[in-house]
Amino acid sequence: MRRMGEYRLEVNGDTHEVSAPDHWTLLEVLRYRLGLTGSKQGCDKGDCGACTVLVDGRPVLSCLSLARASEGRAITTIEGLMPAHLRAGGKGADPVQEAFDRCGALQCGFCQPGMILSARALLNRCPAPSREQMRDALSGNLCRCTGYTQIFEAVESAVATSLGLTPAPRSWEAPPVAKEARP
Amino acid sequence: MLRLPKFELCTPHTVAEAVKLLAECPGAMLVAGGTDLVPNMKHELFTPPRLVSLANVRELRGICTRDDGSLVIGAMTSLADVAASDLVRAHAPALAQACSLIAGPQLRTMGTLGGNVLLDTRCQWYNQTYFWRQALGFCMKKDGEVCHVVKGGKNCVAAASNDSAPTLMTLGAMLDLVGPSGPRSVPIDEFWVADGIYNKQLAKDELLVSIRVPKPPAGHRGAYGKLRDRGSIDFPLLGVAVRLDLDASGAVEHVDIVVTALAAQPKRITKVLELLRGTRPGTPQFDESVAQAAALAHKQCKPLANIPGDADYRREMVPVYVKRTLHAAARGEGPVHHV
Repeated sequence: MRRMGEYRLEVNGDTHEVSAPDHWTLLEVLRYRLGLTGSKQGCDKGDCGACTVLVDGRPVLSCLSLARASEGRAITTIEGLMPAHLRAGGKGADPVQEAFDRCGALQCGFCQPGMILSARALLNRCPAPSREQMRDALSGNLCRCTGYTQIFEAVESAVATSLGLTPAPRSWEAPPVAKEARP
Repeated sequence: MLRLPKFELCTPHTVAEAVKLLAECPGAMLVAGGTDLVPNMKHELFTPPRLVSLANVRELRGICTRDDGSLVIGAMTSLADVAASDLVRAHAPALAQACSLIAGPQLRTMGTLGGNVLLDTRCQWYNQTYFWRQALGFCMKKDGEVCHVVKGGKNCVAAASNDSAPTLMTLGAMLDLVGPSGPRSVPIDEFWVADGIYNKQLAKDELLVSIRVPKPPAGHRGAYGKLRDRGSIDFPLLGVAVRLDLDASGAVEHVDIVVTALAAQPKRITKVLELLRGTRPGTPQFDESVAQAAALAHKQCKPLANIPGDADYRREMVPVYVKRTLHAAARGEGPVHHV
């Protein structure tokens, strides 16, 4: 019985020759064969979204994808965002990555690769999403540091940047609420 | 870290090839999106020697209408595609709504309609790691003899948790299957058995090809209501599918309510048609009949402590969701969801 598969995976624009057992998930191949440890191994059973990667531009959970069944698909991990942005003529990191940095949209950072890829997929499909659409698109990514407010601010900031607008002030920069005048 | 048990993976390109690969290896299983089977395999609930992946079988994907007006959805069509399809939204609104509420965005991209129809039943004593289940001496659904939900129970009561199935039942859908002995079609109403261990009449060497939804009448309305702890990712604690057909004058002609996530198979609420027939949405008579239908549903549903969520709470939410979903269907709205 053939248990070891040799196949090609197209990851971040590069074609990799992979030799891994059939029962390895895409996440395991990315992390332990290709050394792309940006995709995180969280719950490993499809709840947390930390392992999110883009397959043909759509967000999927690599911990539940069988690696060999992903042959022939274009896979994008967090490591591939900046090179793709530079190839497209951009400067620096992907605008979503820059926005997460600018807004401090992380505490421990474990959920961040998945959050950024889910947000990137949303912005590719819908360049100016509403807050409701952002909430929906990121609803499969859990943040256990409860940093959602700044994550949504970061996505809004990335939208503003990509539309050529000035991003809104960050939450800690907001002007203080004027105190009521005492009688 | 949860590892998969070892298996051989086959990736056929045609249905015929897949049926052959499945039949020639005893214990082999099919995998579509993998969002149900893969975590279950990581928990060692299934340890097949061979997995036949349908990922490359293109003929199983797509949504189209036939000459007789019926809607045909390929079993491998992703839940995200079904939820976003204008054809499905117009033809079977309840199905599109149910698919839009299944799990989270990534899981809807991966998961398929066929996979959701054939979802394994769920129980809080079953969907656990091997270590967890072993510590309790297992249960009758897998590896053991006893039931932890019903003490001394002889039948497995794991809950059917597929959101799509109750909506397809209200729509009178047909399932097109194929096996080594050829194709067959079965009405989804007759597909289920009251056994939580394996709640469907699908032979282990058969494959679901497509789901056919007959053309609904002009006044068709449908809605789906789903109760769950979080607004995303979770399986249903209760699912309510409603069909409401109005005649030319705007009065109710046909009603069907099917609830799920309570027992091993989706359950139809009986005698609701007598209550609602002839009433007009927006009138006090309709509101009164809806309240009576909700009370009837409460009487007919007795959930067990089989899935997370307090059983008494889930029972009390049955009339609430039946009422809200009926009103949503009457207004042509939905889905009914708490967030």
